[in-house]
Amino acid sequence: MLIYVSKRLLQAIPTLLIVITLSFFLMHLAPGGPFDGERQLPAEIEANLRAAYHLDQPVWRQYFIYLGNLLQGDFGPSFRYKDFTVTELIAQGFPVSLELGLWAIALAIAVGLPLGILAALHRNSSIDYLVMGTALAGVAIPNFVIAPVLALVFGVLLAWLPVGGWNDGHWRNMVLPVIALSIQQVAYIARMSRASMIEVLGSHYIRTARAKGLSEREVIWRHALRPSLLPVVSYLGPAIAGIITGSVVIEQIFGIPGIGRYFVQAALNRDYTLVMGTVVFYGILIVLLNLIVDLLYSALDPQIRYDD
Amino acid sequence: MISFVRLRPALCTAVMAAGLAALPLQADTLRIATMGEPSSLDPHKISGTWENDVAGDLFEGLITEAANGERIPGVAESWEISEDGTVYIFRLRENARWSDGEPVTAEDFVFAFRRILDPATAADYAYLLYPVKNAEVVYGGDAEPETLGIEALDNHTLRITLERSTPYFLDQLSHYTAYPVPRHVVKEHGDRWSRPANLVSNGPFKIQRWQSQTRIEVVRNEHFHDADNVALDQVIYFPIEERNTALNRFRAGEIDVARDFPTQQYGWLRDNLPEATHTAPFLGIYYYTLNTREGHPTADPRVREALSLAVRREVITDRILGTGEVPAYSFVPPGISHYEPAMLEFSELSQDERMERARELMSEAGYGPDNPLQLRLRYNTSEDHRQVAIAIGAMWEPLGVQVDLFNSEVAVHYTDLRQGDFDVGRAGWIGDYNDAQNFLSLLESGVGNNYGAYSNEQFDALMREAAETQDLERRGEIMAEAERIALADSATLPIYYYVSRNLVNPALQGWENNIEDIHRSRWVSFEE
Repeated sequence: MLIYVSKRLLQAIPTLLIVITLSFFLMHLAPGGPFDGERQLPAEIEANLRAAYHLDQPVWRQYFIYLGNLLQGDFGPSFRYKDFTVTELIAQGFPVSLELGLWAIALAIAVGLPLGILAALHRNSSIDYLVMGTALAGVAIPNFVIAPVLALVFGVLLAWLPVGGWNDGHWRNMVLPVIALSIQQVAYIARMSRASMIEVLGSHYIRTARAKGLSEREVIWRHALRPSLLPVVSYLGPAIAGIITGSVVIEQIFGIPGIGRYFVQAALNRDYTLVMGTVVFYGILIVLLNLIVDLLYSALDPQIRYDD
Repeated sequence: MISFVRLRPALCTAVMAAGLAALPLQADTLRIATMGEPSSLDPHKISGTWENDVAGDLFEGLITEAANGERIPGVAESWEISEDGTVYIFRLRENARWSDGEPVTAEDFVFAFRRILDPATAADYAYLLYPVKNAEVVYGGDAEPETLGIEALDNHTLRITLERSTPYFLDQLSHYTAYPVPRHVVKEHGDRWSRPANLVSNGPFKIQRWQSQTRIEVVRNEHFHDADNVALDQVIYFPIEERNTALNRFRAGEIDVARDFPTQQYGWLRDNLPEATHTAPFLGIYYYTLNTREGHPTADPRVREALSLAVRREVITDRILGTGEVPAYSFVPPGISHYEPAMLEFSELSQDERMERARELMSEAGYGPDNPLQLRLRYNTSEDHRQVAIAIGAMWEPLGVQVDLFNSEVAVHYTDLRQGDFDVGRAGWIGDYNDAQNFLSLLESGVGNNYGAYSNEQFDALMREAAETQDLERRGEIMAEAERIALADSATLPIYYYVSRNLVNPALQGWENNIEDIHRSRWVSFEE
């Protein structure tokens, strides 16, 4: 097991290197640079700025400078947020995104999973149609529609909750963004767990369990539930990585200081160091979460073992 | 349903019960939605209008702005200007202090000017100080910072020498590029001096907390020379880029001032929150740059004039935008001191007469139904820009013009404009200071922001002459003459003058609309 984990972590290094290399050169290939804006800077000013950020060097040398700094854990200074380094920006924003994201995922699992299982157990009944119809709507309505509606109804019209702001993570400020962030996930998880439960319930060993005369409750709880979770778990790996790295839409609409906005803004501002910082950070998260998912798999499915 | 709640202690419980944000507020707190996160609190490292709100509450220059935007003495209490307009001697207030109690001295200004022009600081707005003697060579690294035309005659007397007389120089001194920085703090903390924990400032407010992407809190600076007249105890700036969010939070009473609002909501706002909705003329021009380089159809002045004639500016301002924008028939916006903009000659004609003239010009230039003109119009991605571009394309159709629209994000857009890769391109300019030169210099030969590469020797000569002219009225006349030439050449296609848009809690006093849209919190108070 330990060997397996270390092997996976070692394998991640070339993967990350490819991600870094590709993003670095693609980013520099994109037209426009960090100092191209509405106003043309005088040539000597642009030259000074470029020198300050090593942009006057050839791109390949910038690449090696960047890799060298990265090895020492230095993501460099942000081009746009000049009072902060990229490490500081991620360190400030990530806990916020993480907290919000974990709540959203927890809510999505707590609501989506039972709904999906309920629908599967009452397949083709009115409960099933109701759940799946709602889930379909949840998948279909994008969160840039849901979020402003929530803010308008609960924040402005009913004035039950704040419209926006973070307020150091006060629960009242979290309610609306957590709901907005989880609605799509609730829908996905419900649909996925329903499908997988239906599949499992049709398998041979469930038939065997029933033939043994086990009660329906025991069949479902002891034999059907665990295997039916597998596809949900494998979906959760990338989904959690996506959710805890924040959502630019939710953060903008509710004014939340997470890191989601950086993925988009950094690219638009050509904030090279911040683009790379977020890419590397996201890459590492994906690798780690996929590893955790694979380990969870072996816990859920006795046929999977990692002991080579 | 909409009510404005002023958060005072007595009301706080009621407010919380009503479900509004339970923020820990001091007695008189102003909450402002600025339109973005500042890139820094160091006045040498910022360049955006949204950053000006925070910087201008924290710092004060030699000159500062009154509530109506007029320039008034700041740290300087008086000054003398030499007859030839090149030497300024400022007398600094004896009671000007940094927020840590240290006196603000002439040396702090000398230090600040040398620092912003030091190539190592890499300040992208440093060129605003180029009127100062040797500023450009110092910034280029070709002269020592000590040669800069600024020196402290004693602790409270400062002499600034200019390259040449610059009539708008006093105005410029209120800009954040000319703020002092605390020498003793910068020396101690280096680049980290502007971190909230280290930051010391000399303005009406001082930093309390900066939670990045969430809020910046400042409190009254008791060492400020006019602290007794500052009514607010605290100001909180919320960086909210999403205009709809700012509007919702304003409606929910979570903020007092929103520095912009969504244009699409203007009708609703006018009907429902008329007292809170402010629009006012603003020092900015929205225009299309026309590529005058060889090989582009717009190199022909007849084509440029025809295109300009066919644009029905009133339709764009009234029907498409509808936020009080004013149709533009000049390149320099109205309302600038000592300046009366020249007007496009056809502004007196009716639309039919304009179209007739436009058709004539197009056929003279060799275009018509058999030989339609194909144009590439570039704009940067934005809903408003798109709508304007589509409308203008439709207005050109009767002239047989076929328009291909290209849109791209802002960095790419301006790179394309600079490389001359367009026929018609969207552009805008917000004045850095209240002077016509700031706009007209965009049309001088070889200037970086002259995207269309317009060049006219007569225009350039007049601009040089204006730069040498001391008398402000005469100088204004010369520049107006230059503008007339540029308009006659259809150097650009002015479309509308910007307006500033603000939502302001009606309980606020001392908040005045002004052409530069500058609002310092020191003048603002809640009505008793």
